[in-house]
Amino acid sequence: MTGRTLTRAQLSESIYQQVGLSRNDSAELVELVLAEIADTLCKGEMVKISSFGSFQVRSKGGRVGRNPKTGQEVPIQPRRVLVFRASHVLKDRINGGSGGGGA
Amino acid sequence: MIKSELVARVAARNPSLNHREAERIVATIFDEIVAALARGDRVELRGFGAFSVKRRPSRVGRNPRTGDAVAVSQKSVPYFKTGKELRERLNATQSGVQAAPPMESAATGSSD
Repeated sequence: MTGRTLTRAQLSESIYQQVGLSRNDSAELVELVLAEIADTLCKGEMVKISSFGSFQVRSKGGRVGRNPKTGQEVPIQPRRVLVFRASHVLKDRINGGSGGGGA
Repeated sequence: MIKSELVARVAARNPSLNHREAERIVATIFDEIVAALARGDRVELRGFGAFSVKRRPSRVGRNPRTGDAVAVSQKSVPYFKTGKELRERLNATQSGVQAAPPMESAATGSSD
């Protein structure tokens, strides 16, 4: 793995540079945006970001799972999972297409 | 919720921001994530989740209608893994099921 990792720190740095807010405010806004998305998803509502992708909460039924190491049966409770579907724009960018980003 | 609604909520929570600034903040965040993934980098947002790029090798696919073999070239696909905290929050709100011990659910969750 040669890739680096982007974190909250770089996101708030970009906001600081591109929007011109203080470093503190920029960091708080990154947090706020993520919190708004998370809160919406926790309510079961879908979040759609054009030219990025969509996040959707799916309910999964309970089932009997198995501990792969011991082979022992373990009940898996019904649960909610988050599914991300990337938009075509994002998929194309990752494959080197339409590099300029038309939106 | 769509992007414009997210912008509106961010603006509503920060009276000192005008609408255009809120728009630029939201756009900057997603643009940076896309740019990082396009470089092949990972994006890790603790508590929320992590975006990464996964390689798919080339393979021989089939036209489902005709059954013809078609070469599918290698490609990269974006992948999102929900963060631990958000995963737990999603299930905490559901009929108050807090019973499942986190350590066990983490162990079984890794199997799929």
